[in-house]
Amino acid sequence: MRTPITTYLSLAVLLVLLVALPTLADLANYPAFTSVATRVLIYGIAAASLNFVLGFGGMVSFGHAAFFGIGGYVVGILYQHYSLGEPLFGVFPGSNQLLVTVPLAVLVSGAMAALIGALSLRTGGVQFIMITLAFAQMLFFLFVSLKTYGGDDGLIIRRANELGDLNLRDRQTMYYLCLTIAVSFLFLLWRIVNSRFGNVLIGLRQSERRMAALGLSAYRYKLAAFVISGMGCGLAGALMANFLRYVSPDMMHWTKSGELMVMVILGGVGTLFGPFIGAGAFIMLESLLAAWTENWQLGLGFILLLLVLYTNGGLQALFSRLFRRDA
Amino acid sequence: MTLFLEQLLNGMQLGVTLFLLAAGLTLIFGIMGVINLAHGSIYMIGAYAGTYVAATTGSFLLGIPAGLAAAALTGIAVEFLVVRQLYDRDHLDQVLATFGLILIFNQAITMIFGRQPLFVGLPEALSGSVELLPGLFYPLYRLAIIAVGLLVAVGLYLLINRTRVGMLVRAGSTNREMVRALGVDIRLLYTAVFALGALLAGLAGYMAGPILAVQVGMGEQILITTFVVVVIGGVGSVKGAFYASLLLGVTDTALRAYLPGLLRQVMVGPEADALGAGISSMGIYLLMAIVLLIRPKGLFAGST
Repeated sequence: MRTPITTYLSLAVLLVLLVALPTLADLANYPAFTSVATRVLIYGIAAASLNFVLGFGGMVSFGHAAFFGIGGYVVGILYQHYSLGEPLFGVFPGSNQLLVTVPLAVLVSGAMAALIGALSLRTGGVQFIMITLAFAQMLFFLFVSLKTYGGDDGLIIRRANELGDLNLRDRQTMYYLCLTIAVSFLFLLWRIVNSRFGNVLIGLRQSERRMAALGLSAYRYKLAAFVISGMGCGLAGALMANFLRYVSPDMMHWTKSGELMVMVILGGVGTLFGPFIGAGAFIMLESLLAAWTENWQLGLGFILLLLVLYTNGGLQALFSRLFRRDA
Repeated sequence: MTLFLEQLLNGMQLGVTLFLLAAGLTLIFGIMGVINLAHGSIYMIGAYAGTYVAATTGSFLLGIPAGLAAAALTGIAVEFLVVRQLYDRDHLDQVLATFGLILIFNQAITMIFGRQPLFVGLPEALSGSVELLPGLFYPLYRLAIIAVGLLVAVGLYLLINRTRVGMLVRAGSTNREMVRALGVDIRLLYTAVFALGALLAGLAGYMAGPILAVQVGMGEQILITTFVVVVIGGVGSVKGAFYASLLLGVTDTALRAYLPGLLRQVMVGPEADALGAGISSMGIYLLMAIVLLIRPKGLFAGST
């Protein structure tokens, strides 16, 4: 697949803009925008991970908030044990080092994704949707009942994790960290999607039977994709925990799974950049509507409904359709 | 022993409530191939409309038609305006559109009734307890719920297996296209099934009113449990939904009743209570995992 030079050029421009964003936000006297952008990047990572199974693999998971929450809780729990000086399970010491907590968060959410995926992928279609939802809800209830880790109220992480000499409390530093991770993550996803594995996955979405006839085990490929996707969500959750310095069961509430899904569909299913656009659109929409009326969910519901019923393929498709009409 | 029987009845009461919801959900899925997240919202609307009428008129009986009508009309409107366009779409679109509906309904109810939960007293005729066995007193109202649920189950069985409409429903869930090709107005059938499902959900919501608080979000909570029922029973199977509802209702109630006590023998009181509550809320999902390991399609898949 040859990519035209204009794509590279616009990507370069986009990257420059993103790097300049905090400075621009300060210049425009609206420094809070940097935090909004950080949130978009983090949700973008989560949505892109969901899109990997949903858009490329055709697995409609309605429980991805679980992995997002687990990623967050790994950071939160490690921090709590670190600050109290009590080892976890009496063996593992806690930690506040980003280079320890984030990879661990990714690993743990990957392991959970392997467990949940192994069970859920035994079925398909509508059962898969319901089962992923149910498992996420199960974890939600588990964390609500874990009083040691804050239960309903969640865990406050008094100080963000440490990474060398960087101060992650600083808005701009956090933004650049998330930007670096988001760009690397997107690059990785792009490599995976265009690899043999990615082709098999897309083939599976189109026809599982055909792939089976080619001698490929659908289950294994789907499970691997599900685990990768869970790890991505865990990564996003770990970053979110550092960004908000707070984790709560709300991170894995089923509406969060729904929101991630909305971001994916807003941006366009099965596209690489779509989820980031979708995350941006969702967060803008949410803050705009929330500023306008306290009944913002009503507006969001209607927008979602209209979007699903009358556009096929989200904002990206809408834009390209509009532009094509102009041309 | 009396405690055990009492919990068993509580479990059955939860079970039949779940069945009223699951029957509609599984029929809607089995026949139309639509996954309807807004089913819980219809349950909530039935509860609100019925409870509101019952509270203003002071008559529990008047609440019944109000709740049922509100639920059924909402169901018909939802089918007509939204779900009808989703029959040929993939599940993702169905999930998102009905997720949008949940947001709309929840917010609309909040705007109309506010955030305070509604409460309604028990109807006087049903407010007492009866002595089922020597020493076993059980609230009459809960018994009535169980009775209504079982009656509906029998009614549905007769409707599906003994009537012409039921025959169409069974045919529709086996092969939609063939039924249409034979000249049946499948659209009307869809609307009817959707309305029936909504009606049952509304009934469940209204009956749950005096026991639970009628509040925004009540629908989603039970919806997810209903999903577990539908998955365990086998998607599309009303019989499966019935057995799975009772199984789940009893399991859930038993875990909640006994687990904290068991845990308290090995842990400190409050912690045992919290962990017990947590694990008992997880119980039904574990049950689902086990069923899936043995029968990935559910216990009664493929039969109606």
